[in-house]
Amino acid sequence: MKGSNLGEFEELVLLTIAALMSDAYSVGICDELERQTGRTVKLGVVHAVLNRLEEKGFVKSKLGEATQTRGGKRKRYYSITSAGKAGLLKSKEVRDNLWNMIPNLSLNKI
Amino acid sequence: MKDVPKQSPPNWAQQFLAWYCKPELLEDLQGDLNEYFERNLKSHGIKKAKLIYIIDTFKFFRLYTVRKPEFVKILISWIMIGNYIKTSGRSIVRNKLFSAINIVGLAVSMSVGLLLISLLLDTYSYDKFHVNHSRIYRINSQYQYLENKDRNFMATTSLRAAKAIKETFTVPEEVAILRNGFGGDMTFGEKTIPLNGLWANESMFSVFTFPLVKGNPANALKNPYSVVLTEKAAHKLFGDEEAIGKTIILNKDKAYTITGIVQDVPTTSHMKFEMLGAISTREITEKDNADELAWDNMWNTYVYLKMPVQFDPKLFQTNLDNLSAKENPSVKNTTITLKLQAMDSIMAGESLGNQLGPTMGSTLLWVFAGLSFVVILSACFNYTNLSVARSLKRSREIGIRKTIGALRGHVMGQFVVEAIIISFSALVAAFLLFLALRPYFKSMEPSLQALLTLNVSPLLVICFVGFALFIGVAAGLFPALFFSRINAVQVLKGSSTTKGFKKLTLRKALIVFQYTISLILITATLIMYKQYKHYMNFDLGFSTENILNIRLQGNKAEILKKELNELPEVKGISLSGMITSVGSYWGVPVKNPNNPEDSLSIAFNVVDENYIPLHDHHLLAGKNFTVLSDSAVESEVIVNEQVLKRFNLPKDPTLSIGEILSVTGKELRIVGVMRDFQYGRANNETGKETIFRYSRKDAQHLNVKLLSNDLPATYAKIETIWKKLDTVHAFEAKFYDDEIEESFKGLSASMKLAGAIAFLAVCIASLGLLGMVVFTTETRLKEISIRKVMGATEGGLVYLLGRGFFILLGIAALIALPLTYFFFEQIMLPKIANHAPLGLFEGVIAVMAVMTIALLMIGSQTLKVAKANPAEVLKNE
Repeated sequence: MKGSNLGEFEELVLLTIAALMSDAYSVGICDELERQTGRTVKLGVVHAVLNRLEEKGFVKSKLGEATQTRGGKRKRYYSITSAGKAGLLKSKEVRDNLWNMIPNLSLNKI
Repeated sequence: MKDVPKQSPPNWAQQFLAWYCKPELLEDLQGDLNEYFERNLKSHGIKKAKLIYIIDTFKFFRLYTVRKPEFVKILISWIMIGNYIKTSGRSIVRNKLFSAINIVGLAVSMSVGLLLISLLLDTYSYDKFHVNHSRIYRINSQYQYLENKDRNFMATTSLRAAKAIKETFTVPEEVAILRNGFGGDMTFGEKTIPLNGLWANESMFSVFTFPLVKGNPANALKNPYSVVLTEKAAHKLFGDEEAIGKTIILNKDKAYTITGIVQDVPTTSHMKFEMLGAISTREITEKDNADELAWDNMWNTYVYLKMPVQFDPKLFQTNLDNLSAKENPSVKNTTITLKLQAMDSIMAGESLGNQLGPTMGSTLLWVFAGLSFVVILSACFNYTNLSVARSLKRSREIGIRKTIGALRGHVMGQFVVEAIIISFSALVAAFLLFLALRPYFKSMEPSLQALLTLNVSPLLVICFVGFALFIGVAAGLFPALFFSRINAVQVLKGSSTTKGFKKLTLRKALIVFQYTISLILITATLIMYKQYKHYMNFDLGFSTENILNIRLQGNKAEILKKELNELPEVKGISLSGMITSVGSYWGVPVKNPNNPEDSLSIAFNVVDENYIPLHDHHLLAGKNFTVLSDSAVESEVIVNEQVLKRFNLPKDPTLSIGEILSVTGKELRIVGVMRDFQYGRANNETGKETIFRYSRKDAQHLNVKLLSNDLPATYAKIETIWKKLDTVHAFEAKFYDDEIEESFKGLSASMKLAGAIAFLAVCIASLGLLGMVVFTTETRLKEISIRKVMGATEGGLVYLLGRGFFILLGIAALIALPLTYFFFEQIMLPKIANHAPLGLFEGVIAVMAVMTIALLMIGSQTLKVAKANPAEVLKNE
């Protein structure tokens, strides 16, 4: 089963790609993650995760159009695959199930 | 794109990224980094942004980004090597002249490199046979009297320091104490042989690895009057008999017991000895000598320490400084500083005084390495120059290779392989040259002969091959880069004719560099030669002609004198203590008669009554010594003019006669005043205060004036007489002039070295020039022919072709001459006394010589072209 599970950070990246829709490329993902989580996100880490997600088949990518920024280099846009969607749903399901199991009582006590 | 920011990330970092990154990931990654760079540029400024970019490129060097090595490519390179060798071979054979110039030039320069390598290997192999060589250290000391600070360190220290270190210091595991001055004639029964040795304490064999063949290393040197002989010395004295336990007599005086036999000292030991005497003996013999343990008696004792594997050198130095601080007050006005030196650095380290044996010294190594580097560089330039010049002919080949599919790397590989083939052919020639040059190199200076073997060992061969590889890559790299840049389309279209000349300024610069170096070396050699001649013909103030100085070596002067006087060639014999003007000094404290507080160390020589007339010393006033018997009390002294000046005696020499000088407590009357003469070597300061004292029994030399048409035969006759009188010692005699020449062996050796290297540099530069001239004339063949058809004269054509080269040589001369003159005038010569003045003559000769050779090279080639029949050339079109 190794390879089909989502790590915590992988899940975040995958969610961001889904949220950013058509504008999901490495630096954009990085910025969005920083805004949402409030922690610094290294480009190198995001890059490695994107690469891994693509290997696992959760995302696919294509090169965009060349622009005047970025020294004329094209961006690589990521989009979520159906396997990725399934992975996300599965992990959400696990969480929801767990949440439902917690009685209100025990949370309020804390 | 007009909006491209002017500030861009560092180029090399971009290239590095492109080099390692997988092509499919590259563009995206580059873009990301650029985006970050632009952001950082706004927020942090250009410097920080660049730094972050660089750091990021390294951060992205990860498993998933790095491109996998492409085995196919490597495989292709290997397959192609065969092809490279074949085409390179063809190209070498096709251009015989260029290949020959390259191979000869490289071979000549590489032979110097090979000498350097074997010299370095020899030097660094010294003292490595000691098991603990890296842990052995020596104590060096520096003597300072009052403020005279700039004194060198001595390899010796005082016995007092040695004892203090041995007894109170805890860090050293063992302390070996050695002392020079043990040696002389060793007698066993009827047999007497002279042996050289050292005093040593019992730690000798635990610090150093000198294995004992017989005897106990722990206590062989413990008891007084014990002696350890080397196997060779023991064999000389005892033959095959058992030596251990025997008693032998040193200098017909003290009896020593043999307690051990040690293996012969390896040639790679910086200390050499034939025997070792127990230093504890001196505690008995020197019991009443207060000077033996004096703090400032630091001229004879050597201390070697075996240190633990790890120790703190700084802390140890503090301990040494504390010892000095404690002991320094015991001697007035004197400060002695101690310092630790690793034994591994003795051979190639700085030149210290009082070394235990001859050392190489770092200066010679650096000078030689520098000169070799220049010569090798010059030969590599030739290669580069000629290869690039020939690019016209080769560029088509490259174009086709590239069209067929060769990558830049493949073209580079091909040219590097070609250069390596050339450098290996040169290595073979260089090795033969090395074998031929080796004996000359060693005989350049007598001490080199003793120090170096320069033997061919497997390690040496490996170094040579590595060296050839390195030279090949170094010489081939630039042509390889040049050729690999060639644009295939342009070349094949035929528009490349101008391309080859783009590097013209570089090639001109290389020629100027080569000739500048050659001129500097030639001028320097000529200047040194002038100095050498100047010192050889220096007016010392007395005559040295046909005087043979014989070392008495303990023999009675009178007996030898009587025998020699019977030879008809001997015109006169005198006695002297030392030989002046060859760099030896004897000093004696003399009190100023006008001011008893003022005492001065004055140079002196002891002579007999024949010395002054025999050497033509000029007496300004007074008379020669009166003949005295050996037992008579010394009463007379002859002084030079400087002594009168120094002691404020009357200027007129006649008035100073009769004054009394106190020489080491003896009251001596001035009986004569002689003209100043050169007491030290001619390149030392003149005007030294000098006195002659009268003593026949202190004489160590016999000065024999000869008058003979056949000096070698007379020398042989004298040697026969010596052999009859002394069967123990070898005959040691030298003509005075030879001895003076020998005292300048340092200068003559550097002169020979510089001369040889100058010669090589000129050869290499001329070869390079020849190649360039041939190339230029060949490419301009058509132009020349047309000019000729139009009516140009041969002379005019030669001028046209040669002018450019002579301008280059002129520039080289303009750089080289002022540089050399400045160096000698400002840096070298002011340090040397009595030097000959610098003349323009040397520079002019050097330029003339170089120009003549260049003229021959250029003239012969251009004339050949200018004389060629234009019809022959032009009809081929």
